[in-house]
This record gives sequence, structure tokens and C-alpha cells, in this order.
Amino acid sequence: MSEHTYGDRLAIREALQQFGRLNRPVAELADETDLFSVGFTSHATVNVMLAIEDALGIEFPDELLNRSTFVSIEALASAIEISRGQA
Amino acid sequence: MTGAELPWAALRQRLLDAGVLAELGEPGLFALGAEFNRAFDALDALYVRTFADLNAESWRFPAVEPKSVFEKTDYVASFPQLTGSLSVFTGGTPEHAALLKARAAGAGWEDHLHPSGLMMSPAACHPLYALLTGSLPAGGRTFDVLGSCFRHEPSPDPMRMQTFRMHEVVHVGTAESAIAHRDQTAPRLVEMLTSIGLEVEYVLANDPFFGRTGRIMASNQREAALKFEITTKVYGDEAPETAIGSANYHNDHFGTAFGILDANGQVAHSACLGLGMERTLLALFAKHGLSTNAWPQAVRSALWQGNE
Repeated sequence: MSEHTYGDRLAIREALQQFGRLNRPVAELADETDLFSVGFTSHATVNVMLAIEDALGIEFPDELLNRSTFVSIEALASAIEISRGQA
Repeated sequence: MTGAELPWAALRQRLLDAGVLAELGEPGLFALGAEFNRAFDALDALYVRTFADLNAESWRFPAVEPKSVFEKTDYVASFPQLTGSLSVFTGGTPEHAALLKARAAGAGWEDHLHPSGLMMSPAACHPLYALLTGSLPAGGRTFDVLGSCFRHEPSPDPMRMQTFRMHEVVHVGTAESAIAHRDQTAPRLVEMLTSIGLEVEYVLANDPFFGRTGRIMASNQREAALKFEITTKVYGDEAPETAIGSANYHNDHFGTAFGILDANGQVAHSACLGLGMERTLLALFAKHGLSTNAWPQAVRSALWQGNE
């Protein structure tokens, strides 16, 4: 766990709330919930990605730009960690 | 590389010399000649005959669509580089004077125009979904849509026109019926294209999603195996193949965006089979020659004698 973890997860949930077009409130979701099972789409991942990058001042590396990065809040948090490691 | 070495240069010149196509002065913009139109009518009729048993409801749409429709399709998120919006003059006398002044000075004057709220349709079936908001009957509905598409990808390759027609057979229903539509119509289209002498392959699609965000879309399209293309080699075995048709399961993308429900009240799923008319016709001219009268008898009979 890094010092960023809590803030990262807040930023992820905020981005999902605003741009995720999910069919359940983000507050009800566990970090491990499969986002694609609650209405997340590949079109929505694009806006969520941009919002997270803006909020945290990071850029996901190209190799993380795929479906598995966006499958859960947990997966997004790991992707953010990896992105920071490469910056 | 000189023009003559480019894979498309020779075919392009032959098409122009024979009057199958004429250049209009911008890349990817052509006038279509008599031989082309003769073959178009025959190919179009063959396509309709091929899927006649589906009793598809026929709709035709203008080349432009309302921005409200364009927005719901999310097209600009995936393909901003292909997007075209129609601008119009909305000013009064002073604004007209400013436009004329810019024009007289030899400057670009199009920035004196303003977005009209009309977008160039990038796909024939997009405006259809806006007609379907509400509930579908049991079994869903199947449509025949022929429309003009605009995609801003200027290229000297005649196989890549900026404006072209796509003839689609679209199904809107349940996930099961939409996937079945894609998987049952595609092999029939492959068979139809084979009957007119084209060697085609049915492969996973490789759409040009834009930029970094596009990588996610492309990876999702591949992983979920949503869309397939029918490709053919127009420029020989060394050059890359070109897609002339596609079979696309949209999941519930359009059902959600346009508020379409299946007979059970669930969000509808959709799929479309599409044939790129201009590309298919140029593939035929490349393969069989520039005069339709000289095309192989089997091809001619498939195209022109289907009703006999």
C-alpha cells in the first residue's frame, strides 16, 4: 500500500460517479466489483480514464489501455500505481 | 516512392481512363460513371435478393443526421478524426460583408460559417435507432438500410473514398437474436461475394479507433470479438487487404443510447451486416476488368440474371 491509496480510490470513485454511466450507485460497489457487470461500457471507460488522469496528474502507459485495467476499482488503483512508477 | 510504385496507382489510373470514375479535385471524392452505376444497381439487387427471406423493413436516410443522433452514438469519442459537421451561414449583412472581404483577400472564409446542428452520417444505420425508441415486438425487428456515409480520411487510394454508400441488414432484438443475426448473415454475404468471383476472408475487425483512448476501444472490440470484417486483396498478395463488408454486434450500445427495449422490457441489443458498395464494386472492376460486358459469364449471371 502506498501513501496515495486512499486518495486514488476517492478519485476513481469520483470519476466513475461522474462518467461511468453505471446502473448502480458507486457508493454501493466494493473495490472488487466487476464494473462491466454493473453497466460499464468501453465508451464510458474512455471518459473515466481521462477524468482519473486529470484528477491525479498521471498518464496511463499504453500497455495498460485495455479492458482489464478498467474491470474494477481495485484494478484501476493498481494501474495508477504502475503509472506513477513509470513517470 | 513515386506514384507508379504505389499499390493503388495503377488501378486508379485504369478506372479514370475507362471513365468508371472521374476525379472531383479532392482526395477520396469521385464521380461515378455509367459502368459503375450499372454494376451498382446489379450488386445492390443481388444483395437484396440474398437476404429477401428476412423480410427486412426498408428505410432510407439523408446523408446528414441530427447532432442529437450523432451524440447518442458516441461516434466522436471513438473516431474524431473521421467526423464531419455541416456548417452554414447564419449572419446578416455585416457578417456577409466580412465573409466577402475575407474571400476577396484570398483568405479562407469558411470560418464565417457556423455549425448547423447537422452532422455527416458516418454509418448508414445510425439514424435508424432514433426511430426505434420504445418497445420492440417479440422476435425483434430487421431492417434494410442503404445510406450515404461520410468519413474524413482523404486518401488517393480509390478504395478509401470520403463519401460512399453502405447497404446494411440490421437486427434489433435480444442479445441472442442480435448475435444470431450477425453470425447467420455474415457467411451468406461471404457466399454471395464468392459467387461474383471475389476471394474474401472473414476476420476480426480492426477499426481505426483514435488516439490513446482508442486503444481501450480497440482492445475491447478484439477481446469481446464484437465485430468482424470481410476483406479482399484488391492490390495483389503483397499489399494489405481491404475491408469491403462488416458484421458487427453492438451489444446494448444503441439500445441504451436510444432507449430501445425488447419485448420483455430489457434493453435491446443490435447487430448489423454491412456491405461497402463502392469498395465492393471497385474490387469487382479490379478483378474482372473495366467493362462489365466482359466480366466472366458466371459473375454476370449472378449479378444480372438472378431473377431468371
